[in-house]
Amino acid sequence: MASTLGTTTTPPIAPVAPEGTTTRGRRAGPYPYWFYIPAAAIYTVLFLVPTISGWYYSFTRWDLFSSTWIGLKNYQTFFAEQALVIGLRNTLIYATMTSSLKVVIGMLLAVLLTAKIVARGYLRSVIFFPVLVSTIGVGMTFTVLMDPEKGLINKALGVIGITGPDWLVNPKIAIFSIGLVDVWQGVGLATVIFIAGIVSIPSDYYEAAEVDGATRFYSFLHITLPLARPAIATVITLSLIGGLRSFDLIWAMTGGGPGFASDTIGSVIYKQYQAGFYGLSTAGSVVLFLLVSAIIVPLTWWLNRHEVDR
Amino acid sequence: MKNTRGTVIGLIAILGTAIFFLVPFAFIFIIASKPLAEANLLEFSWPEQFVLLDNLRQAFQARDYLLVIAFINSFLLTVASVAGLVIFGAMVAYVWQRRPGRLGPLVSILVLAGLIVPPAVVPTIWVLQKIGLFKTMPGLIFIEIAFGLPFCILLFRAFMSTIPRELDEAAIVDGAGPLQVFFRVIFPVLRSVIMTVIILQSVFVYNDFANPLYFLPGTQNATVQLTLFNYKSQFTTQYNLLFANILLVIVPALVMFIFFNRKIVEGMAAGSVKG
Repeated sequence: MASTLGTTTTPPIAPVAPEGTTTRGRRAGPYPYWFYIPAAAIYTVLFLVPTISGWYYSFTRWDLFSSTWIGLKNYQTFFAEQALVIGLRNTLIYATMTSSLKVVIGMLLAVLLTAKIVARGYLRSVIFFPVLVSTIGVGMTFTVLMDPEKGLINKALGVIGITGPDWLVNPKIAIFSIGLVDVWQGVGLATVIFIAGIVSIPSDYYEAAEVDGATRFYSFLHITLPLARPAIATVITLSLIGGLRSFDLIWAMTGGGPGFASDTIGSVIYKQYQAGFYGLSTAGSVVLFLLVSAIIVPLTWWLNRHEVDR
Repeated sequence: MKNTRGTVIGLIAILGTAIFFLVPFAFIFIIASKPLAEANLLEFSWPEQFVLLDNLRQAFQARDYLLVIAFINSFLLTVASVAGLVIFGAMVAYVWQRRPGRLGPLVSILVLAGLIVPPAVVPTIWVLQKIGLFKTMPGLIFIEIAFGLPFCILLFRAFMSTIPRELDEAAIVDGAGPLQVFFRVIFPVLRSVIMTVIILQSVFVYNDFANPLYFLPGTQNATVQLTLFNYKSQFTTQYNLLFANILLVIVPALVMFIFFNRKIVEGMAAGSVKG
């Protein structure tokens, strides 16, 4: 707690300090730390405590009431059992695939939707709307649309002479099919972030380049891409975090199937929890935590360092 | 010349988005409007018999009006969590921005951690059980607040830095206490960003699936997203009702979008860049 106003608020606002102290001689300053308490209490109890105690319980056999220390056994199981290893591999595939597609398609759409074309506002709205729709609803709809025989997608492909794949039924491609739906739903967010980045670039740059005879593609490579870098960094980070944590869509579409073919760490955590293997499930949470940190922290650092360099 | 080019590209884009983005929604609507036998063919064709209202009624009535209960649950959950997020989030952002001090760096680490770190499921259930909030609505509300706070705090903080300090100083000189300054002076000025937070978080909480699944199990506790899921097994042979259900779940998001399109897009773009 603040002892006096003067000492705590000096650096940013010198003028108010003397007045503040002289008025009533209140003990708490105008910006008391106890404003943190409600948020801090909820966050600590329901986020920090579980996260940290999870590290301990991941080394135990645990039934929520009592726990026995079993060392690294949960982790050994996690990395030895085929079904769980598939989950780990799928998580990486899924996150890489969805985030790179969102960056590429989102950027193309953003360039298109900042150009002088008709119905721009309408187009932006249509592409963005799926972001707001229930993931479960989207997943169930696409499960039906992706049905190998009755589904609309393969029927439409059939009309133009293409034999569509067995989307969710084929274990080899199920995870990619779900990834495509994820991109369908999330690309709108990437697009609006890119649009915000692109419109903040001063138009003089493009005009100057045009005067110098630069082509549109050259301008895109040498003006848009470097100057939209913060937006690109944001989209990569956000979609990687989302992709690594993915659970909803997978659970709605395949439940991790066929077999374990489309399991991710997120769905493995849920399955192990349902099966009553609480220690193993918690080890899954820790693995996910380590995976996300190991990827996101260096990546953010690297992306931001380049931003400063520019 | 430029204009014709813009028109042509625009028309191609309209056609493309119609195929990729509108057809799936049209499909939901169409299947939800068909009678059972026709719906189960899953064909993308206009219903021979248009029975949308009847299907919606049946979807509501299924399992003793479970969907009605679920809408009430979702509504309570959304309103209470968003209220908590707005008030507690703004309080943190206010002190954090105005008085970085020694706690400032700690707050930023915690906020970043909250954005990145995936919550540990079973330990959270264990904590909820210990404090007697597992399988309760208040427990889930607190969970939504805990997980949503970091994003809200960042949005509030960014806006807070645009409010001149003279405003709080004037009130402080007039002898207002911290609570008065915050709720009477700052809170009203935050109106626009509060609207953004309310709209965005309503959509997030309403659409949330994993947290209700984990922390509020039980049929009578179901939120809207969960009923959708629970219906899956039951309705696999009744696609018209399943899609009527999906349609009903989407409607609130659509309404929000129609009214607040601009605000949502701006807020999401701003919030993500800050995060």
